[in-house]
Amino acid sequence: MVTFFSLGLVRGLIGQIIGFVTGYGLVAGIQTARGADFNQDLAVMLGAFIGVIGFLLFAGVLTDWIKWTVGKETPIHHGPPKYRPAWTRYFSVDKNHKVIGIQYTVTAILVLLIGGLLAMIFRMELTYPGMQFLNPDQYNTLFSAHGIIMIVSILLGVGGMLNYLVPLMIGAQDMAFPRLNAFSFWVAIPAAVMLIIGVIVGGWDTGWVGYPTLSTTSQKIGTQFFILGFYIVGFSSIAGSINVLVTTFTMRSPGMSLFRMPIFVWGALAASLIQFTATQTVGVALILVTLERALGMGFFNPAGGGDPLLYQHLFWFYSHPVVYVFVLPGLGVISELLPVFSRKPLFGYKWIALSSVAIALVGFLVWGHHMFVSGMDNSLRVPFMMATLLVAVPTGVKFFSWVGTMWGGKLTFETPMLFTLGAISVFLIGGLTGPILATVPTDLHLHDSYWIVGHFHATMFGGFVFPFFAALYFWFPKVTGRMYNETLGKLHFWLMLPAFWLMSLGQMRIGLQGMRRRIADYDPDLGIADTQFLITIAGLVIAWSVFIMLFNLVRSARKGTVASPNPWNSRSPEWQIPSPAPEMNYDQPPVVVGEPYDYGLAGSTYVQVLPASTGD
Amino acid sequence: MSKNVKHLVTVAVLVVIGSIVTYFLLTTIYTLPLAASAEAGPIDTLFNVQFILISFLFALIIVFMGYAIVVFRRKPDEEGEGDYFHGNATLEIVWTIVPLIIVIALGIWAATILAEVTEAKPNEMRVNVIGRQWSWLFSYPEIEEIGLSDQLILPVNRTIVLQMTTDDVLHSFWVPEFRVKQDLVPGKVTTLRITPTIIGDYKIRCAEICGFDHSNMLADISVVSEEDFDTWVEEQSVGLADLSQEERGEKWATEYGCIGCHSSDGSQLAGPTWLGLFGRNELMEDGQTVIVDENYIRKSILDPDSQIVSGFQPGLMSALGDFGDRFNDDETEMLSNEGLAVDIIEDIIAYINTLQE
Repeated sequence: MVTFFSLGLVRGLIGQIIGFVTGYGLVAGIQTARGADFNQDLAVMLGAFIGVIGFLLFAGVLTDWIKWTVGKETPIHHGPPKYRPAWTRYFSVDKNHKVIGIQYTVTAILVLLIGGLLAMIFRMELTYPGMQFLNPDQYNTLFSAHGIIMIVSILLGVGGMLNYLVPLMIGAQDMAFPRLNAFSFWVAIPAAVMLIIGVIVGGWDTGWVGYPTLSTTSQKIGTQFFILGFYIVGFSSIAGSINVLVTTFTMRSPGMSLFRMPIFVWGALAASLIQFTATQTVGVALILVTLERALGMGFFNPAGGGDPLLYQHLFWFYSHPVVYVFVLPGLGVISELLPVFSRKPLFGYKWIALSSVAIALVGFLVWGHHMFVSGMDNSLRVPFMMATLLVAVPTGVKFFSWVGTMWGGKLTFETPMLFTLGAISVFLIGGLTGPILATVPTDLHLHDSYWIVGHFHATMFGGFVFPFFAALYFWFPKVTGRMYNETLGKLHFWLMLPAFWLMSLGQMRIGLQGMRRRIADYDPDLGIADTQFLITIAGLVIAWSVFIMLFNLVRSARKGTVASPNPWNSRSPEWQIPSPAPEMNYDQPPVVVGEPYDYGLAGSTYVQVLPASTGD
Repeated sequence: MSKNVKHLVTVAVLVVIGSIVTYFLLTTIYTLPLAASAEAGPIDTLFNVQFILISFLFALIIVFMGYAIVVFRRKPDEEGEGDYFHGNATLEIVWTIVPLIIVIALGIWAATILAEVTEAKPNEMRVNVIGRQWSWLFSYPEIEEIGLSDQLILPVNRTIVLQMTTDDVLHSFWVPEFRVKQDLVPGKVTTLRITPTIIGDYKIRCAEICGFDHSNMLADISVVSEEDFDTWVEEQSVGLADLSQEERGEKWATEYGCIGCHSSDGSQLAGPTWLGLFGRNELMEDGQTVIVDENYIRKSILDPDSQIVSGFQPGLMSALGDFGDRFNDDETEMLSNEGLAVDIIEDIIAYINTLQE
């Protein structure tokens, strides 16, 4: 029991509750004393901010920084806690990048399960036309929460991969700023809690985009929790990306020039560049909505002199580039795994590396395509259309280079490779259904239809979910020292891939035929009921296949066969040290002596690694 | 090298076959609704060209991948690594430049189609559109006879300029058969041009999430012949003074947006249906049963949250503002402008009274 209350997570949650009640009570008390009407939005706003500070304070995220203000030394403690069981480090503030990576990843999967569950509930509702068991209110909350919760899950998953892999891959002992790293992870927890509370206190009906004036005038208090939760997640993104950028630029092993980094690191770099520079604008947009709700400031409501389209610009300036934050690390995983399982050099390394940067940069110029039907003049629509179409070029380079990597190889098809190939096929569907949305005339039909839903899910599954699962299977032996069950892994893949194709193609089909997105019920006259039924079945199969993976990974972590240090015969530095990786990764920085992907070049190596001593 | 040439020839043939098969499947699965507007013509051509591009590129990547998976898989007794080559700068340049040219060409062509679809046409007719949670309201500023209408009647083969706005939240005007879509934005007037070409009944479907009953924000749209349109206009040329109290009530129900939440045909919307409302026994949220009479309806309009029927959401109607105040203002205005003394609530009650099952 003492152990339980010593966990950072538990203390943090207690701190958040105390902070929230304090802030909420303060507003309620002052207003009652003044005899004013109770402004619940203001109370929630103050409660949310004090709650987050309470969480960070109680969880111990800020402890070292507070000690610094009075000049105390705070050496970082390496290894498991001294007076508590080793497992407790995963539930408390720990500054080791691998621990934080695992914390991120496990949280991402838990949040993914919540978001997926919400999707399954409203997907069941759509199986048949007519309202079955939900009312429109519940339906609106479910799809809105599904959207934002999945986005948080993906951000956490990206954080997990970047944190665990980047230092290992570049031969560093840890991230550049271990305390900031812990902050990045922990600040996301109270944010996720607020989103979930937003659902519980009655939800909201704005979708994940939160467009005013619906978001600013909606009476539903869940809206305020949603906006603030979303806002707080941004801190996690910005702080996390600073760490990845600094670590990559300053802590690479001797000899590891930028073009000799493992290709995944390029994806991580490009994604972090976006997170570091774009997240602020959505933060501004969200805080303005909160203030408009709480204090009646007229930023967006024309009745108060505002402009509802201003929000859309600020919002999409971040929220379009952020989809590249989701997919660039995933595409990096594809590029990383293909050479290993093809036993061949990566085709066109520099082109793949620079295409990630090109996608990231062009991605900043395309946000207007989300507003093609918002009332934008043709003189703006056409440039945004051109810029958007340009994204197809570097994306195409990746596909062609992947095919070139497989060509002439000696391919094997273990589960990570299957998920890599599945990712390419799914991302291909997502990618090819994009230009038809970029050209304005066809978008006038497809905008806000289920075509978008299909396209977006295909890019997310192809660019993140499939590669993320490939990465989970691939680095599982690195993290746990044990192998996952290959049969269950393949079963997972062969259920999930065809089901996803069916779901995605079905969603696009009904969208083309007139199914709008974000509707609780649809018109049987559209003739789409049969396809809706199939989409629900496919969704269920995907959900069950994910449970198979979880069962596999949880069981194998304890009972799997012990893995050899380099089961995939990879050249990457993280596989040249024991599994699980030692606390400090490398005793001395590994020396880069060759190219990363020279599979097939006899006698060549990428890095020389001195084995770490095992004593911590 | 000759081995590679053999591979590539095989793949090229398979890509051609794959493209055709993909295109056939794609156009079977991906069917567009009836094309019922002039705008749909060039847009559907663009759709088709994009489907051709999608089919070719899909086949190109999938066939190459599939071929590599089959031919370049490690045989059971095989040892060693794959072929050692790092890339090919010529190839990389080709597959950067060629797609670049294709997307630029596609963009320019799409821009001309966009210009064609959005440019002003001769003999246009203007229609004003107001979107409200969760109904549509139309008026014809160029035709005096027509007042406000909750359904859109349009003459065939004439370009309509829709001037659209909203007072509450974002909405979006979409008729899938017409292919084009435009948001309605509070504080702004947005424009959409449509030229219906096929006589028939369609539905306007709100395509931007607008709160509780977004999915039911539909309106009927009828495209009729020129003659039928003129007949309809004539039928509308009735002044307010000529209307009966019940007809006035129906008019108010449309104009003030009551019909957005209260159906007249028994269908379930955000609020209780008005069909058979008068004299009905309503089970309230607090467990009491109320017999609907004039007073009940009056109170429901003036203070909506004071009595909530079981199964319905409180707060939706009160969020739309104080109807009592609006009615008073408008009644005063009608009295001073047209010398007409009406009681809007009385009219609405009279109208509801006609909706017997």
